[in-house]
Amino acid sequence: MNFTWLPWLALFGALLPGPLRRLRIDPALVAGAVATLGLGLLIRTTPEVVVLGQTLKSSVPWVPSLGLAISLRLDGLGFLMCGLILGIGLLVVLYARYYLKPEEATGRFYGPLLAFMGAMLGIALSENLLLLVVFWELTSISSFLLISFWQFSTDARRGARMALTVTGLGGLALLAGVIWIGQIVGSYELTQVIEHADVLKAHPHYPAVLCLVLLGAFTKSAQFPFHFWLPHAMAAPTPVSAYLHSATMVKAGVFLLARCYPFLAGTELWFYLVTITGMLTLLIGSFLALFQNDLKGLLAYSTVSHLGLITLLFGLDTDLAPKAALLHLLNHAVFKASLFMAAGIIDHETGTRDLRRLSGLFKPMPVTATLAIVAAASMAGIPLLNGFLSKEMFFTETLDADDIFGRSWILPVGATLASVLSVAYSVRFVRQAFFGPPATGLEKTPHEPPRWLRVPVELLVLLCIAIGVAPALLVGDLIHAAASACVQGELPPYTIALWHGFNTPLVMSIVALIGGILVYARRERLFRGVEARLSVSQGRRAFEGIVAALVGSSQRLERALRLDQVTTHLRGLLACAVLVSAWLLLPALARVSPTNTSGDLVLWVLCGVALFALAGVLLKSERPLTAIVYSSIVGLAVTLTFAYLSAPDLALTQLLVELVAILLLLAAVPHFGLPPRDKRSSPVRALDGALALGVGGAVTIGCWLMLSTDVASISRYFLEKSVPLGQGNNVVNVILVDFRGFDTFGEVTVLAIASLGILALFDHLAQRQAPSDLRPRTPLFLQSVTKLLLNLALLTAVFLFLRGHNAPGGGFIAGLTAAVGLVFVYQARNPTGAPARRPASMSRWLAAGVLLAALPGVAAMLFGRAFLTAGHVHLPLPLVGEVHLSTVLVFDLGVFVVVVATVLAILPTLGRLPLGKPTAEEER
Amino acid sequence: MELAFSLLTGAITAAGVALLLRGDRFRVVLGIGLLGYAANLFIMASGGMLVGRPPLMDVTTDPARAADPLPQALVLTAIVIGFGMLAWLIALALRAGAETPEGKPSSKEPGS
Repeated sequence: MNFTWLPWLALFGALLPGPLRRLRIDPALVAGAVATLGLGLLIRTTPEVVVLGQTLKSSVPWVPSLGLAISLRLDGLGFLMCGLILGIGLLVVLYARYYLKPEEATGRFYGPLLAFMGAMLGIALSENLLLLVVFWELTSISSFLLISFWQFSTDARRGARMALTVTGLGGLALLAGVIWIGQIVGSYELTQVIEHADVLKAHPHYPAVLCLVLLGAFTKSAQFPFHFWLPHAMAAPTPVSAYLHSATMVKAGVFLLARCYPFLAGTELWFYLVTITGMLTLLIGSFLALFQNDLKGLLAYSTVSHLGLITLLFGLDTDLAPKAALLHLLNHAVFKASLFMAAGIIDHETGTRDLRRLSGLFKPMPVTATLAIVAAASMAGIPLLNGFLSKEMFFTETLDADDIFGRSWILPVGATLASVLSVAYSVRFVRQAFFGPPATGLEKTPHEPPRWLRVPVELLVLLCIAIGVAPALLVGDLIHAAASACVQGELPPYTIALWHGFNTPLVMSIVALIGGILVYARRERLFRGVEARLSVSQGRRAFEGIVAALVGSSQRLERALRLDQVTTHLRGLLACAVLVSAWLLLPALARVSPTNTSGDLVLWVLCGVALFALAGVLLKSERPLTAIVYSSIVGLAVTLTFAYLSAPDLALTQLLVELVAILLLLAAVPHFGLPPRDKRSSPVRALDGALALGVGGAVTIGCWLMLSTDVASISRYFLEKSVPLGQGNNVVNVILVDFRGFDTFGEVTVLAIASLGILALFDHLAQRQAPSDLRPRTPLFLQSVTKLLLNLALLTAVFLFLRGHNAPGGGFIAGLTAAVGLVFVYQARNPTGAPARRPASMSRWLAAGVLLAALPGVAAMLFGRAFLTAGHVHLPLPLVGEVHLSTVLVFDLGVFVVVVATVLAILPTLGRLPLGKPTAEEER
Repeated sequence: MELAFSLLTGAITAAGVALLLRGDRFRVVLGIGLLGYAANLFIMASGGMLVGRPPLMDVTTDPARAADPLPQALVLTAIVIGFGMLAWLIALALRAGAETPEGKPSSKEPGS
């Protein structure tokens, strides 16, 4: 096993929790095992990927014609992401095991969670950009399922829909962008795209491509103005929030920025778009976080602002900005996941997350409080913690970056301001939850959580401190490898360290700390009235307004165009078909010169008969029986055409089907009622006439063109090999049962499915017996004749079946013959419509037929041959002559059984339907 | 003879479409049946037209002169499947007719 197993391991694991639960295996165990195994696989690659900075690759073609391949790469950047996904994933699984109620911790939770893990690993490892988009969409879907985990909650459903709409929309934009990149570069492989970065950036379509890709990244990473979905996604269970909506999924967007950095970044447009979006998100997120009363809401907006910070860093044009961004990506995941878990513990042990109700929790839960305070301090950027390191680097980079709009102060001042706000909301979180008088009126008495619920938080906070104290030792190599992979080049030497001397960034940090505490202390005076105005999320209001407007306008359009009528759609489709045909066929018509225009009396007569009958169908369609008779005349004309044009098998089949179809239509007519009279207005009638003539004309021209053009047929092979390979003179039958046996097998299955469907549709009538004395009895004469007829039909069927391989006949035709005989007997004996046997028992015959057809195929596989390979024996039989026996005969017998069972299932079912609408009792 | 065959196919199509556009259940079923004939004839046309030379190797011994068997094989299953689908369509129409007030099919679900 190597790194390429990572995504598949988790995706396969997603299928396990459900079935394993029946074996009483804890699904958390499966999820934990997958994460641990994955982590092991990942760590094994450390020497190559992290220490030597190599890129491991592997590729398996998937859809080569589309340029889609399952090609994966593991470089430093992917390693960092995978480490986060698996490491935090493992802790989240452990946390969820003790957080969720036992009845909630089912496959419905762990399944999507593992699917998400696999999809995320796929994003981190994709070498093929299209593959990346596939995984990208998978994360959106699994996130939807996880947000809506508590389906009974309106907020959960609404939040899930919103998240799916926003990120799904971004995913579509990303797909368009990626396809465009592939068109420009000529490959979807990342390596190729990076090589052709200059071509891409110089291309006139570069701005459009960039906007599309950024749209994908910004929606996923909740950047302004798409930030609003993230706080609403907090309706998810807390382990999900900690995992998806702080540590990993929302990082997919910034990860995409890192992936595209080598081939999309470095232009003026990238600088402005990414930097400004990041800055706005950073400021708006940290400002809004200040006013959240829900613990998770505060953390959500804080996540938005930190994602803005990372985005901003990727926008900057300095050499070290990507390194700072990646360091912060790691740090934020660590401290924010621990904060979410701490918030979950508070929720779990007090029954509320409302900051206005929480107070003085330090005393009842000192350990949790200490852990949360350390993590919050890291979020605020206090020295000796990991948050401080990346914030210092962030300040340095904003100072070094180019001027924005010609002003050098905008970036550093914005960064400091955001940090002031960040410190303020961190202080608020700590102060209001843990200090002050003991809270009153809580549902539960606050106390420390179960041991194992706290362990993941302890580990993460330990990591915060460890990275904060010894960054170079712990993550120096990792971040260096990741940043090198991100920029695809050499990085200037830089050591992540706690102390860089007394410099401007340090001053900015101190300003932020003091300013933040001041802002918190004076917040009521500073922001009077702001809070009330922010009570409803503006983003949500806008989103719901847009959705409502879209739905409303669709409904108006539907009413205006009468789209509720099927015929309206049909007219549109047919009109398009006529236009396209005219466009394609008319020029071709001019080019073809007819080779053979000799008159042929037989076909002209048949054509004339058919025209006469068609006119009859159209003119007499108000009288169903007459119309059916005319329609079957058309069918007979078609049958004769087949017979005349060297297709004896078709003629036989068509003739028999015609017989059965008439019976079917006759059985159905009483239930249709009288067809309505023509109520169309005359323009509509004219339009319909024109459409009918147009389609008919197009078919005529198309048919004529096809007949006047010589096309090399592939059928020579079948004609030449039929006797030597298929041992049959009837090539059509040999094709059906041997050469293309697999197609026939599929078609027989379709037939069986159709009849099963009909049986199911009228299943509620299965018990009903029509009263037998209401209709006249059949004359005795008819009963005797049909008995004779049945024997004759069965004998003919056997004959047709056996000779099918060499002369017109075979399973289809023999089946229809036998069925016709049986149906006549049925009609004669049961004029009232009560069948001797429930047609439902035909479902067994249908299944038997399909299985019989599959039998020789499977047998061939047992002999090591391909499915449906035929075997042959010649057997001399008295009277019949030499009979050719082969395994295809068994196959054909299966076809025979299915055809007979189909007819016998359908006709009696339709024949004994009660007239009029079913009563309520029957419906049940 | 090409023209006669083409006209036959086209005329059946036109009649089928005209019936479909009327929109009531009986005519739709009838129209689909007609379209089935036309589609099968159209597929037959792709193999060219030969009279009196069926693809039976004991009747037409020279493979180069026999009618094209492939479209025939396709059409043979198409005829049988077409019958299955016609039956399915009728069953659906009858069942739907029991549940919607009018005989006309509508894109709206019942009750909406």
